[in-house]
Order: sequence, then structure tokens, then C-alpha cells
Amino acid sequence: MPYSPLLVKPMREELVAAGVRELMTPEDVDAFMEEAGKGTSMLVVNSVCGCAAGMARPGVRLALQHAKVPDRSVSVFAGQDVEATQKARSYIPDIPPSSPSIAVFKDGELVYFLPRHRIENRRAEDVAEDLVQVFDEHVG
Amino acid sequence: MGTFHDHASPLHGITVAVETAGDELWIGRCDDEDDERVILLDADVHTDGNGDEDVAGSREEWLAKAVRFGIWPRHKRVVLPRGRVASIRRLGDLD
Repeated sequence: MPYSPLLVKPMREELVAAGVRELMTPEDVDAFMEEAGKGTSMLVVNSVCGCAAGMARPGVRLALQHAKVPDRSVSVFAGQDVEATQKARSYIPDIPPSSPSIAVFKDGELVYFLPRHRIENRRAEDVAEDLVQVFDEHVG
Repeated sequence: MGTFHDHASPLHGITVAVETAGDELWIGRCDDEDDERVILLDADVHTDGNGDEDVAGSREEWLAKAVRFGIWPRHKRVVLPRGRVASIRRLGDLD
């Protein structure tokens, strides 16, 4: 059962404030993936549980302060926007579901995936460092 | 901001790899663990010699893939008696 929208709101806003666009419907996801066919794109699977998501969101925020960032950054909220999340996962069918997690695409191809277990128990700075390395490698 | 689980074990919510005294290697999100048992959620298991093509390959290959991408949650909830547990490690530490 989804959490209360009141509880989840600040977790959504934490990413939106950093310039991450929320995808709330399957149609939003399809439109994003069409855009993602060109350039670099980051997809964050947001999540409520603080065991990992509590570091994922600040990590993303820090990474997006880097000089090189993806052309577009979006999020779906696992357990909240269920259909949008399923649709997003359908674009990376070989990757097991994981939330929170972060995927980076270049010209529509998945070039990086950070699953939940590589976020757990780490500092936001460490998560950001991983993302910044990916941005430096793939963002033109 | 996050949510908090002050009542739970330190491994609550952490993805762990659990080796059993037999030939099983479980990976899942630890829900709780104590002297009696380890409870995993959204778990998968590699058993040497099993015939499941989805988890085929050596234990090392399966673990390496899990470390990189995670596992498919084929088992919603698993309770492992502590006496069967040979080791329990954070999957993130195996990176």
C-alpha cells in the first residue's frame, strides 16, 4: 500500500528542487525515453525507505551541482507511482528491480546502473562521487 | 530525509549475502536477524548444481552479477535458521 502523499511529498520535492523532473505516468516515461534517445539522461528510482534512499537523494543533489551533468534528469517513485515505475523498468528489462536506484543513459543506451545495495550505508558524498565519474565519462 | 527503524537490527533494510552451512548462497534485503534466525525479503538463492537456468553458472559468476546489478526477487520472504548460517555480509561490501 502506498505511503501517505503527505509523507512522500518532501521526498519528491527533495529531487525536484535539484532540477529532477518527476515522471508520474507511463506516458511521461515513454516521452522521456524518446527524449533520452539523444544525449545523456539520468533516471532516479526514488523510494521511501531511509536505509538507502536517505542517501540517494542527497547524493543526486550533490552530483547535480557538478560542472557536467546529464542533459535531463528525471525520477519515478517506486511504490507510489507504480505504473510509471513499471514502465521505466520495462526499458531496462535485464536489470533486476531496485529502489532506490539510479540509471544513466547515453543516446538511449544504458551506460551505468547504481542499484540499492551500492547506496546502502554509504555517505551522500560517496554516491555523488560515483555519479560525477559517470557524468565526466559520458556527458559531452 | 528518510524513514527510521530504530527498533530493528543494524542490518535491517540492508542487502546481504548469506552463506549457509550447506551449498546455498542467499541474497536479499535483511528484515531482521537475531540469535534464532535471519529474515530476508525480496531474496534469491544460488545452490550449487541447481537446474534453474536463470541462476545458472558458478556461484562466483552469480555473485559477481548480483554485486553489479542486484538480484531478481524470486522469494518474497525467507527465514533462515541461525544454525544454518555460516556467514552474513553486506552485498555492498563485496563490490
